[in-house]
Amino acid sequence: MVVKIGMDTEYRLTEVELEEIIQLILQKYGYDFRNYARTSLTRRIARCMNIANLKTLYELKYNLINESSFFTWFLETLTVNVTEMFRDPLFYKDLREKVLPALASYPIIKIWHAGCATGEEVFSMSILLHEAGLLNRAKLYATDLNPANLERARKGIISMEQIKDYTLNYIQSGGKNDFSTYYTAHYQSAIIRKEFRSNILFAQHNLAVDQVFNEFQLICCRNVMIYFNRELQNHVFRLFYNSLSPKGYLAIGIKESLLFTDVKEQFESVSAAARIYRRKN
Amino acid sequence: MQKQDIKMVVIGGSAGSLPVVMSLLEALPETFSFTVVIVIHRSKNVLSEMDKLLSHIRNVPNVHEPDDKEPILAHRVYLAPQNYHLLIETNKTFSLDYSEPISFSRPSIDVTFESVAQVYAQQTVGILLSGANTDGTKGVSEVIRHGGIGIVQDPNTAEYPVMPHAALLQNQAALCLPTSHITTFLKQLNDNI
Repeated sequence: MVVKIGMDTEYRLTEVELEEIIQLILQKYGYDFRNYARTSLTRRIARCMNIANLKTLYELKYNLINESSFFTWFLETLTVNVTEMFRDPLFYKDLREKVLPALASYPIIKIWHAGCATGEEVFSMSILLHEAGLLNRAKLYATDLNPANLERARKGIISMEQIKDYTLNYIQSGGKNDFSTYYTAHYQSAIIRKEFRSNILFAQHNLAVDQVFNEFQLICCRNVMIYFNRELQNHVFRLFYNSLSPKGYLAIGIKESLLFTDVKEQFESVSAAARIYRRKN
Repeated sequence: MQKQDIKMVVIGGSAGSLPVVMSLLEALPETFSFTVVIVIHRSKNVLSEMDKLLSHIRNVPNVHEPDDKEPILAHRVYLAPQNYHLLIETNKTFSLDYSEPISFSRPSIDVTFESVAQVYAQQTVGILLSGANTDGTKGVSEVIRHGGIGIVQDPNTAEYPVMPHAALLQNQAALCLPTSHITTFLKQLNDNI
């Protein structure tokens, strides 16, 4: 057996160097990473430098300053774009049982997926709505910071390698249909069928700086705010509060919490385990 | 054995490590004053009750999977949540990360060990146990490089020796100890504080 030992020599920015890079990106490109969680951001930058084979802070700065195409790649690689269909099946089960029946009373159901990455969660939502007979009344808005994610999401491409996991997740979430009816297999990838994508509007939105743009009955923002510090988390929670209709629902990741935020009194819990909350009024 | 003021004991394990983790927790004295963080590989989308399993150990407060941004407390045992990387911020709070698996693992032992080492430096003990892959090798190096103590389970006593073996090859400064000596080490650790 050949065992490869991952003893790479990734460059780790010091706190001062990290601040310099954050300022450089803000001033030259307008993207604001000042309120991102430091440890994970440092790791992501080290990962970018490793992939681009940059060994020093100077090389990183040189590329960021002089090569705008490098920045495009850097931004795509820096942000975490990992996602899954029906991740945390019990969350989707609670959506089916506790949230969708309440949404059914609205003539038009507006849902926002904030930080949608390549769209796997919003496709899952679309399937849930279809199975609840609500898809034709639903308008889904899926936003992300990263244009490359949105481009991929609009095509509806998902990884064929993960289909087996997704199918198991779907079944555990209470799905009763044949999961393969929701996509078309195409060599190494699968494409979500058009009827489950036509109600989704993909658009760029930056949670750190952009404003309220509509009123929603449900906002899903799962495993996005873990990359933010508490200050930015508070800002985004206020944005969500102001974007929800009275009694509107908010879903966050199952390891995220309202407990440490300013808005905790303004929400009530719908599912403690699945971290689904409801705006009080 | 050591006169360092230890605030953090981080334990990493994969296949075959659960019984060892349980015996280490059982060995903790009732009044242990450090924080224990456990990273164990497990499958990602199957409901896991490992936290409950580990909470049935006498003398030890309930093992808890932290939420994002939760403050780290002394005299507590934390378990890295399923399907996230567990990181530590300089203000001694946890933060979670859902980025790509490292060495096919999420949670990655390397990621947590490195993050702990950066914050707790020489106040860290990193313990790497049985496993069938090479996660943790880099983590043990990082603990030692930051002045902490690196301990690796003696591969001869490990159910799956690949992981401790790989870590020892790369880390000459790591202590290679059988389980019984690791438990003794943990007991003494508390006496010294």
